[in-house]
Amino acid sequence: MNEQRLPVFAAGIDPGPSFVELLRRVQPHDVPGAGAVGEGSGLPITHGTTVVAIRFADGVVMGGDRRATSGFTIASRRIEKVFPADDYSGIAFAGAAGPASEMVKLFQTQLEHYEKIEGEPLSFEGKANQLSQLVRGNLPAAMQGLAVVPLFAGFDERRSRGRVFSYDVTGGRYEESDFQTTGSGGVHAKNWIKAFWREGLGLDESVDLALRSLFAAADEDAATGGPDLVRRIFPTIAVVDIAGFRMLPDDDIERRAEAQLGGREEGAGL
Amino acid sequence: MSMPFYVSPEQVMKDRADYARKGIARGRSLVALESADGIVIVAENPSRTLFKISEIYDRIAFAGVGKYNEFEMLKIAGVRHADLKGYSYSREDVNARGLANAYAQTLGNVFTHEMKPYEVEILVAQVGESTADDELFHILYDGTVMDEERYTVLGGQAESIAETLGNRYEDGLSLDAAVKLGASVLGGADAQALAPEQLEVGVLQRAAAKRAFHRIKGDELVALLGS
Repeated sequence: MNEQRLPVFAAGIDPGPSFVELLRRVQPHDVPGAGAVGEGSGLPITHGTTVVAIRFADGVVMGGDRRATSGFTIASRRIEKVFPADDYSGIAFAGAAGPASEMVKLFQTQLEHYEKIEGEPLSFEGKANQLSQLVRGNLPAAMQGLAVVPLFAGFDERRSRGRVFSYDVTGGRYEESDFQTTGSGGVHAKNWIKAFWREGLGLDESVDLALRSLFAAADEDAATGGPDLVRRIFPTIAVVDIAGFRMLPDDDIERRAEAQLGGREEGAGL
Repeated sequence: MSMPFYVSPEQVMKDRADYARKGIARGRSLVALESADGIVIVAENPSRTLFKISEIYDRIAFAGVGKYNEFEMLKIAGVRHADLKGYSYSREDVNARGLANAYAQTLGNVFTHEMKPYEVEILVAQVGESTADDELFHILYDGTVMDEERYTVLGGQAESIAETLGNRYEDGLSLDAAVKLGASVLGGADAQALAPEQLEVGVLQRAAAKRAFHRIKGDELVALLGS
């Protein structure tokens, strides 16, 4: 980019409050999805696996395991898959880690950019739609094996409740009434949540449920990382409620995770 | 064959500068002060929706006086510049100096090449770890950049307000005291402090973890000025 020149546009081509449109005008090669090379190329691609989002009485809890795989190799034991989108929402992803982290960064910038240009934040629905467009923009890359499937969840200030949105690779956007999971271990995590979720769940119970569902997924799915007691690595959990987005501190998660160990997996044949 | 009139470059520049200055003088003023808790920007602005003070980036704010559509356009360009830079490089690489330079280039170009100069004065402020690291760039309609210390005043009555402010400003003011001082000097040398509904206040909070900009408005402003 040219450091010395301000990006000023004629009326007809002004990108408005959209950062993605702005990027398309000034640095089109930096728009994610351009020139994708995927698994068809035979190059190893790093994939993130299981993430969950659960609505509870006061907001939402989002969680993700810490494993990334590349084929049958563990590419990372400490990858993070849950991020703040803005003050009142979070994004969690499963899928190709490179394009996903790029998408997260672009989404965060997009929400902040809109807020600064327009002077007020997007509505919750508006944010969900923006992410939908980013996922759709990644479709050519998804066709080559670089699919990114995010979950978007947060606290809707206007409606005063937690909301969860899921996506498919084509940018299809679906509002979930209570919870959703995605990624290779998602189906196992979802079954676990389904068995224990109820309306009016408290914060503590929901955090424990998210952790437990991720352990259940790790128990069945090779690409999902379980609690690593040797290296002290546990899932990441974020909470979004009226106080905003916050990641739970590591020691809190560690304590909760330890309390969950030795439960259903032992003896129940799971 | 008709001869074009000769006008000396000095005259052209002077006319343009006078034109810009007149436009700016019609508008209301704005002050920015460094305080112990952050940078405080106080503007006389009766509008609740058309802002003079805005967030640009994590620790950078923008303020403008003069013609609204012109400084609003500059604000948007600044947000775009900062967000593009932060996205391409890193959030740490976005700084007020680079932005002030870009503004200076743009304003300088418009001043010499366009039909009419912008009738604006702008401020780019960046809050640092301590007041010693705070930066206040005051940029004029022709692209002149002034790197100010402690406080700065923009707008039509800048000189008289700066004089009053100079007499009353102290280092290490609290945030509340700085807002009150700003509100009182905007009212003029002997007038009463402006009422909350005539003021727009934005602060860059030194202790903020990420986005330092905060707009003090409504009840919060009334309480602060009344205390």
